[in-house]
Amino acid sequence: MGNALIYLTLIAYFGATALWLAFFLAQRENLCRAGAWLLAIGLVFHTIALIARTWAAGYLPVATFGQSLLVSAWALVAAFLILYWLLPIKVLGALSAPLAALMVSGDLLLPQGHGVVSPLLQSLWLTVHIILALLGNAALTLACLGGIFYLIQERQLKAKRFGFFYRRLPSLEQLDALNYWCLTIGFPLLTAGIITGSLYAQHVMGRFWHWDPKEILTVLAWLIYAVLLHERLAVGWRGRRAAILAICGFLVLLVAFVGSNLWFTGYHSFASFLKKP
Amino acid sequence: MNLVLVGLNHKTASVDLREKLAGLLTDLDAAYQHLRKQPAMAELVLYATCNRVESLCATEEPDAAIAHFRAFFVGHKVPPGDLEASLYIHRDRDAVQHLFRVAASLDSLVVGEPQILGQIKEAYRQATRHQATGPILNRLLHKTFSVAKRVRRETGIGDHAVSISYAAVTLGRKIFGSLAGKTAVLVGAGEMAELALEHLKSDGVGRIIVANRTLERGLQLAQRFGGEAVSLEELADQLLPADIIISSTGSPQYLLTREQVKGAMRRRKHRPLFFIDIAVPRDLDPAINDLDNVYLYNIDDLKEVVETNWQRRQQEAVKAERLVAAETLKFQEWLATLQVFPTIIALKEKADRICEAELERTMKQLGPLTEEQRQALEVLTQSITQKLLHDPIIFLKGYHHPQRPTRELDTVRRLFNLDPDRDAELTEED
Repeated sequence: MGNALIYLTLIAYFGATALWLAFFLAQRENLCRAGAWLLAIGLVFHTIALIARTWAAGYLPVATFGQSLLVSAWALVAAFLILYWLLPIKVLGALSAPLAALMVSGDLLLPQGHGVVSPLLQSLWLTVHIILALLGNAALTLACLGGIFYLIQERQLKAKRFGFFYRRLPSLEQLDALNYWCLTIGFPLLTAGIITGSLYAQHVMGRFWHWDPKEILTVLAWLIYAVLLHERLAVGWRGRRAAILAICGFLVLLVAFVGSNLWFTGYHSFASFLKKP
Repeated sequence: MNLVLVGLNHKTASVDLREKLAGLLTDLDAAYQHLRKQPAMAELVLYATCNRVESLCATEEPDAAIAHFRAFFVGHKVPPGDLEASLYIHRDRDAVQHLFRVAASLDSLVVGEPQILGQIKEAYRQATRHQATGPILNRLLHKTFSVAKRVRRETGIGDHAVSISYAAVTLGRKIFGSLAGKTAVLVGAGEMAELALEHLKSDGVGRIIVANRTLERGLQLAQRFGGEAVSLEELADQLLPADIIISSTGSPQYLLTREQVKGAMRRRKHRPLFFIDIAVPRDLDPAINDLDNVYLYNIDDLKEVVETNWQRRQQEAVKAERLVAAETLKFQEWLATLQVFPTIIALKEKADRICEAELERTMKQLGPLTEEQRQALEVLTQSITQKLLHDPIIFLKGYHHPQRPTRELDTVRRLFNLDPDRDAELTEED
């Protein structure tokens, strides 16, 4: 039952990917509208699948890398659809849809862990911590994707060479507005994720801070975003610098998310979530 | 029914001649009244733009219609020699194709310019107001509008700006998204700069500031564009409110340097700034382009944009021509189906005449009949002829060849001897 829903989600996301890429090439408005609908349908399946899994396990399933990818993909699609609805930037779907499709594939392809789940994971507090952090991540992922588009478009306007992307990408102002909105939504979510996490750590393990690699990297990313947000509001930083900082912040977050699970050891790594029975 | 299109355009006629003929179309009421009097003009549409004057008609007598158009043009102080040299005449298929090409802006001076479709729509509205159109031109014109829209939608013929002033506007849109509410500063004056400003204004630019060496000229320009005037010395201060700056002065040195703009950017909180330098020698330091959030285009940059866009348009025009050719063929097929209807009617009329004559003769021989018997006889003759004609009519409607519509038509007409005079002529010749 659970996996059938995830396969449906995957089909919808890959279908949406095809539609968005076709939209990017052909620039037909109805293609991106169909792509958005297909993503929304996929998100419904995705949501039901996650609820079913949570119900069956009794906690939000993020004990393996694959499982956390599934939850991250959900947050990404949700964030993208909200943004699609709010801002006139359509092309973002051409990157978001394939990314979500790959993340859901990750859940199906990566090994499903077996074993006793650490009691640390089985708490409502933790669920809140994870959802806030992942939603923040999703918004900041979109800021990064928008930043990449900004840099491409800015390069073309500065160098006065108008290639394949010039016509297909939105204006610089719109891409910069995307950066701003993603940051103002993503940053508070990330902050709330960090706070709930450290409160939970204090509650369970008696300390707010553990010098865990994921903690360190996340706080580093948080600092980058804090600087960016401050400079945006106080000095009026925008454009290329804002795009580059958004990309840097995201890269650090990416290392925190992927790296701390694969390369580093710490209590945030998945290895510690599942004890061999 | 035949189609005839007579006209001249920027390729065949001098502007002098075009003006004279366009002038005569300004009094459309008189033109329509005059031409509609001719019985040859079954359906009629006239249109004139600054690049062309054309008249289109659906007619049974194409040669008479062409003669009327010529007389109409010559009757308006146009020397017949000049007219003959520049007039083109398209018939049927060619007329359809020409109209499609004109509306799709393939025949324009600036290929892909969007105004022409609106002008033809307006001309059609005028023609319907004079009740000059009928089923054929109505269908043709509606088809023309949809072909033109399809060309615009499915090819990139209108996508790329091909004038320097419009290229500036499209660049502005890529930087700012929307130009609504932006502030433009015009430095100096000049045809190209003013044209660019006009384009920006029609695209929504809110506030316009004119900076000029002589305040009087500045005030004049400001009044024309509905803006405010400042002196050239105040230019550096205008960097704060400005979003777009068009510069076109005769100054031998740079009016703005990189350092000036850099300082201004900090004060304007890094809001993007778009410079267009049309002047030669240049007014603006090229190093300004290196600053973040500042975009500087000089005349050569814009020329290059326009040049590449021209090439793209030409490529798209090839696609558009293919589309027009296919649509022309389709319309031709529809026109051909129209041709069979007179024959079908003639067939039915002939059958009715024979029935009536034969009935009358039979009635005389039979003597007095009851009303019911008489009706039964009528029904009998009618159903026999109807059933006999059923297959030839189906054949005419369905199986005639669109490219050679006359062949089957001719066979049927001769088989049933629908044109007795013509066959008499033929035997006389033998």
